[in-house]
Amino acid sequence: MSRSDSVEPRFQPGDRVEVRLAYPPGHVRTPYYIRGKAGIIERLCGVYGNPEELAYARPGLPRQPLYRVRFRQRDVWPDYRGRPVDTVDVEIFQHWLEAAP
Amino acid sequence: MSTHDSDHDDGHSHDAAAAHRHPPRADLGDTLTYYRAMEIGLRELLIDKGVFTADDVRKQVENMDSRSPAQGARVVAKAWVDPEYRKLLLQDGGEACVAAGFDRGPYKLVVVENTPDAHNVVVCTLCSCYPRWLLGLPPDWYKSRAYRSRVVREPRAVLREFGTEIPDHVTVRVHDSTADMRYLVLPQRPPGADGWSEERLAALVSRDAMIGVSVPRVP
Repeated sequence: MSRSDSVEPRFQPGDRVEVRLAYPPGHVRTPYYIRGKAGIIERLCGVYGNPEELAYARPGLPRQPLYRVRFRQRDVWPDYRGRPVDTVDVEIFQHWLEAAP
Repeated sequence: MSTHDSDHDDGHSHDAAAAHRHPPRADLGDTLTYYRAMEIGLRELLIDKGVFTADDVRKQVENMDSRSPAQGARVVAKAWVDPEYRKLLLQDGGEACVAAGFDRGPYKLVVVENTPDAHNVVVCTLCSCYPRWLLGLPPDWYKSRAYRSRVVREPRAVLREFGTEIPDHVTVRVHDSTADMRYLVLPQRPPGADGWSEERLAALVSRDAMIGVSVPRVP
């Protein structure tokens, strides 16, 4: 595969990001509960075929960087009853992420 | 059988023999759902077209069924006794699987380590992603909507229902396996197992401890 088949990673571990608040139709692997939430890039997992394309037997190009993003549970669930330091890590593709202040 | 017990009595028999008949139990053929019919249709077409054989399908099912949490338990026990291996496991789960004599697997294996300060638990809220090549098939509850929706929202309550009380000073980290990673929890080695062999330690490591809903204990 040539380099142009893959999107360059934009984020580094530690960067603050926000998940797009969007509801496109079709197969999407960004859970509803995490859309619109802000977290921190935990790691870059690699570059993978876009599942929103692969699900319809298309080639999944360009491949997208996939991150593990760490969210504080308190930021995800306003009524979270565990400890404030508790977290949830979710795998999110780059095209679902925006830089957050 | 009594003389009254006949298939042709219009079901009006109320005698003792009739009471002994058991209602038929559901069989695989009774659950021919839309998707099951689609799977059978697709499989038969692919076999007819020579893409693979019926024996290939059978072998693959047999291969899948041969995997079990015992494989993961060996990986965990090895990490408990060998610091170099533990380091490898945390850095590159696939490579560590190979080093232990297992398959690398088709997905990247992310290993999350329990410590005195943090407890990890794994879920796939979207479906049932699970490191099947290492641990075999996931338990039914792992695929249930109740587990998938609740463990991400109230992990401490769900863990308590599994008999696992996480102390307040320990951080709970949920890992939602939504895309191309698969997860294995590396539990803490329990107290009271000093000097144990790798094999004996492996027997302490359950499937549930590697998902993170339980912790290994010395019985």
